[in-house]
Amino acid sequence: MRYLTPRKRAEGLGSARRGTEHHIAMTVSGWALLFIVPVFVFAFARILGHGFEHFAGFFANPFIAILTGLFLFVGMRHFAKGAQSAIEDYCHGFTRDAFVMLANAVSYLVIAAGFYALIKLAL
Amino acid sequence: MVQFTLPKNSKIRTGKTWPKPEGAKNLRKFQIYRWSSEDGQNPSVDTYFIDLDDCGPMVLDALIYIKNNIDPTLSFRRSCREGICGSCAMNIDGINTLACIYGLDEVKGDVRIYPLPHMPVVRDLIPDLTHFYAQHASIMPWLETATNTPAKEWRQSIEDRKKLDGLYECVMCASCSTSCPSYWWNSDKYLGPAALLHAYRWIIDSRDEATGQRLDELEDPFKLYRCHTIMNCAKTCPKGLNPAEAIAQIKKMMVERAA
Repeated sequence: MRYLTPRKRAEGLGSARRGTEHHIAMTVSGWALLFIVPVFVFAFARILGHGFEHFAGFFANPFIAILTGLFLFVGMRHFAKGAQSAIEDYCHGFTRDAFVMLANAVSYLVIAAGFYALIKLAL
Repeated sequence: MVQFTLPKNSKIRTGKTWPKPEGAKNLRKFQIYRWSSEDGQNPSVDTYFIDLDDCGPMVLDALIYIKNNIDPTLSFRRSCREGICGSCAMNIDGINTLACIYGLDEVKGDVRIYPLPHMPVVRDLIPDLTHFYAQHASIMPWLETATNTPAKEWRQSIEDRKKLDGLYECVMCASCSTSCPSYWWNSDKYLGPAALLHAYRWIIDSRDEATGQRLDELEDPFKLYRCHTIMNCAKTCPKGLNPAEAIAQIKKMMVERAA
């Protein structure tokens, strides 16, 4: 039992004075993905069913390589920030911190692995 | 923290079925949530039958009829009976609304009445709104000025006054906040649609001089940014207001001052 007044409970620890940068990042990356994803999917769909040589040549194209890099980076950072919001909604305390760290780790891991594969294919 | 099942002591059991009135021709069945801290029992849903020929057209009329004629222990808040005080907010047929302006003809089938969802219950249809009111108080719902008070009045143009339309009409019934899943899971930190609508009402007021301070206090991942534009608030508001739009406007102002 803690004898806190309702106002004290409502105020909590006060405002964190942040959150807007997260909101801006999600809005900007959301708009960016609106263009990146359809273009990438359309381009990628055209080479499905071809052999390795064709794939390597496809990713050696600078436009496709940059598009794929953007798709990986913007997509995974958008995923991580979106997942953070969802995790904060449903989990509290240590569970929340652990899942947020996991989401960010997965995002950076996929970006790193994707860039490595892209460089190997493109060069 | 999110809860997907009811706690053991909140599981609802079948309650008492009250006898049908004799000689009634226009019967309507009401299922109403009942709970009292005094008997130590789990909540129940009692069944009542009302002769609509003997009762007013609104849900509140039916509740008053039940209290006066069938079961005087049924508890609920009410006052103005015309949608101004916000006292009789409850969940009727799955929608948070005001019982006084919700017609019985708007409900199909049995009339199911519960207290506002995800709030502690004081008794029957009476939710505990202490935290909700404290959150409202925390957004400083008053004109904040640094300039000396003018001799006559704080002047405001007609255009600036119009910006308050759709905001000042809120009667703090809590229908919107208690329909918001974000508020269900994080009401300890998230201010909820009602408090944020009121916050915007004072932010946008041309006479208020604490705009920056108000935005500072709201800039928080939980206080403001738990709103995910679910829009339940706008859908359920019995006054037809749009708290989600007010929240979006606050977010726009946050972006504007950050850029």
